[in-house]
Amino acid sequence: MEKNIRFNLNGKMVNVTTSPDRMLLWILRSDLDLTGTKHSCGEGFCGACTVLVNDEPVLSCQFPAQGVEGKEVLTIEGLQKNGKLHPLQKAFMQHNALQCGFCTPGMIMGAYGMLLKNPRPSSKDIIDTMEGNLCRCGSYGRIIQAIQTAARMMRGEKP
Amino acid sequence: MRNDEYDFTLDRREFIKLVGGGIVIFFTAGDPLTLQERRQGRGYPEDFNAYLLIGEDGRVSCFTGKIEMGQGIHTSLAQMLAEELDVPLNSVDMVMGDTKLCPYDSGTFGSRSTKYFGPPLRQAAAEARGVLIQLASEHLGVPAEKLMAKDGTIVARDDAKKKASYIELARGKKIERHLAKKPPIKHYSKHSISGKPTNRMDSEQKVTGEAKFAIDVRLPGMLYARILRPPAHGATLKSVDTSEAKKIPNIQVIQDGDMVAVLHKHPDVAESALNLIKAQFDPSESKLDNTTIFEHLKESAPEGNVVTEEGNLEEGKRLASISLTRTYFNHYVAHAPSETHTAIAQVEGNKATVWASTQSPFRAQGEVAQTLGFPPENVRVITPFVGCGFGGKNQGNQITEAARLAKLSGHPVQVAWSRKEEFFYDTFRPAAVIQIESGLDSAGHIVFWEYQNYYAGDRSSQPFYNIPHHRVFSMGGWGGRSGGSVHPFGVGAWRGPGSNTNVFAIESHIDVLAEKAGMDPLQFRLHNLTDERMKRVLMAAAEKFGESFSKAPSGNGYGLACTDYLGTYVATMAEVKVNQNNGKVQVERVVCAQDTGEVINPEGARMQIEGCITMGLGYCFTEEIRFSNGRILDENFDTYTIPRFSWLPKIETVLVDNPEMPPQGCGEPAITTMGGVIANAVFDAIGKRMFTLPMTPARIKEALR
Repeated sequence: MEKNIRFNLNGKMVNVTTSPDRMLLWILRSDLDLTGTKHSCGEGFCGACTVLVNDEPVLSCQFPAQGVEGKEVLTIEGLQKNGKLHPLQKAFMQHNALQCGFCTPGMIMGAYGMLLKNPRPSSKDIIDTMEGNLCRCGSYGRIIQAIQTAARMMRGEKP
Repeated sequence: MRNDEYDFTLDRREFIKLVGGGIVIFFTAGDPLTLQERRQGRGYPEDFNAYLLIGEDGRVSCFTGKIEMGQGIHTSLAQMLAEELDVPLNSVDMVMGDTKLCPYDSGTFGSRSTKYFGPPLRQAAAEARGVLIQLASEHLGVPAEKLMAKDGTIVARDDAKKKASYIELARGKKIERHLAKKPPIKHYSKHSISGKPTNRMDSEQKVTGEAKFAIDVRLPGMLYARILRPPAHGATLKSVDTSEAKKIPNIQVIQDGDMVAVLHKHPDVAESALNLIKAQFDPSESKLDNTTIFEHLKESAPEGNVVTEEGNLEEGKRLASISLTRTYFNHYVAHAPSETHTAIAQVEGNKATVWASTQSPFRAQGEVAQTLGFPPENVRVITPFVGCGFGGKNQGNQITEAARLAKLSGHPVQVAWSRKEEFFYDTFRPAAVIQIESGLDSAGHIVFWEYQNYYAGDRSSQPFYNIPHHRVFSMGGWGGRSGGSVHPFGVGAWRGPGSNTNVFAIESHIDVLAEKAGMDPLQFRLHNLTDERMKRVLMAAAEKFGESFSKAPSGNGYGLACTDYLGTYVATMAEVKVNQNNGKVQVERVVCAQDTGEVINPEGARMQIEGCITMGLGYCFTEEIRFSNGRILDENFDTYTIPRFSWLPKIETVLVDNPEMPPQGCGEPAITTMGGVIANAVFDAIGKRMFTLPMTPARIKEALR
């Protein structure tokens, strides 16, 4: 049975009529053509599809659409404010914390979810929290540095 | 492949029409592989195969059949072009992997882009600068020799007011040039863009989610296809019942020969429909699995060929006071790209457009043309950003599958492999066996070296140590074709093809000999090397590492390995901790020194080295495709473990200064040292030699028993 699901997506209310047990990833990528969130493993083992639901990082390939009813969903496309890059985006650029860039949206969203709760993460905190996000190109070291730089920027300190 | 029907020629006039006005420089990209294919009659332009355009808006475009998959040539090639043309880097646009706009290219692999495409690009940019100076000379009435190029402007040397911007000079022009006389290129000491650490030019698109990969292409009316797959390689379809799948609203079911596919406007709905198909397959005839594969490989090896030979092995054996034979093994390894193989095809009349995640857009063009029965010039392949390749995207049937289904369904169709399909249809790095027989004289010199490999090919198998009597013999390469039907599934190029295996064996064996000679690994290598360049790279790594070896088992676990990968010299050192209870290894630190000739983007080079080191840890410790009777047992990252955040060692890179040498490849060399350096460090830590990759906790525990 199809259902009307209403939620806030990147600051705007959206309505999607769909079968409620379809996964959020496909609602975003296919129904709404918002392709920044990536499909990579499809089974919750790689983190490429990470988005925030009410500020909590979730694996959208494993998250049924009905779970977002009435909630706020934030994807990589919603991270910029007034056309300005988010500190995480700036820091990833500054540290060249990416190569092919396919895992990057998931990395940034996962990191953002972490920083909302823990604005001063140690590198061990970052490793523990981000362990489920895979980067085949091997940018892990630079990603840790970028997250720490972004954390400083978000705290209003010198990057 | 010789095929006279192939006509990839993009007519010059058509090209000018497509790009509008401006100044176009045609040049010949000097990749020997591309040139060789041209000689074999691939039917594309004789005198040039790349273009450089200075547009009427002053922007500079480089058109190349190369693609960007993370390796960073999108930035480094732009740096080479901007440097030579004297334009700001941000005025350069890279147009890559579009068969309609870009000249033929054999593909992006083998660390060849900067090495072979870079220098002619540089030359073309110098030509373009020459043309602009000529035009400015006429425009300003100043002799050419009194003009110079600076920041997108030609200016008189003695009167800064006399100047003309490239925009002014290119506007309203339709000039095409192919200069016979090559103007000189700049000496590296004059460089201000090339050779300077430069941030990736594609990163803003990639951090905002705007970067488009093939999987992100959306077309009106597009359907997502899911295709019925056999459970095992070699299994054949016996019967199929699609009646339940057909009940899903708006589903399209296509059966065409051996292909059964379901198509829907949402990929997950197509997936649900696929799950409703009932199919019976006859089992595969393959009876092989991980445990029997090495015997099988040795038994079914082809005749083989001598890669290199010097001296007389019998004489060498007479000189040896110690002789040693060891055998090394490695298992099948997957590419596991973040973006699975994907293609979107649109067929209109007798024309097709395909967006593909591929390293070989021109190969894809030919395959689609053949599949659809269209002339190749009616097929346009566009390559958006590619989410990892590592050799795995040199080929992929998803492209022709999408083309077939687009034609049959009357809709644009996307075929994106699931992770399970990616593991099933991957062209794995082949399992391989290497046997080395060797001997030392009483002074610790290697006097003979008899090297035989099965399915590792010749790359990096040639000894660079000073060994008077040696013979390298290779039985079977790393490619699917030379492997014949030996492997139960596809095999192919994997980042540093063959070399990862060869260097693991060679550099492990060098340490085995060092121990026998009673020398430490660094001392022994220097003792057996005459190649000064290699010695310099080794010393650069050792100096940065700053620790000295003690006798194994030392507990602290230091290792060293070096190689010459197609002209790039690498020496890597590592420190490991081995947990003797559970057999797990934590790599604490890796130092890598690399001499890659002139470095175009030091930041990009470091990123590639770091990536090589990190990715390489996977095949050292966990990456091994498990299979049985044609089935691939690893289907996702739950059982096939690739490196994660917690694996990360401290990585330090040293770029050994050698600007006099033309730029060499950078994307692969460092990864090829990883098996050897880690096996050597593990030996140093526990006093046990690991002869098989990956060195899983179970194998390490077994060795310790």
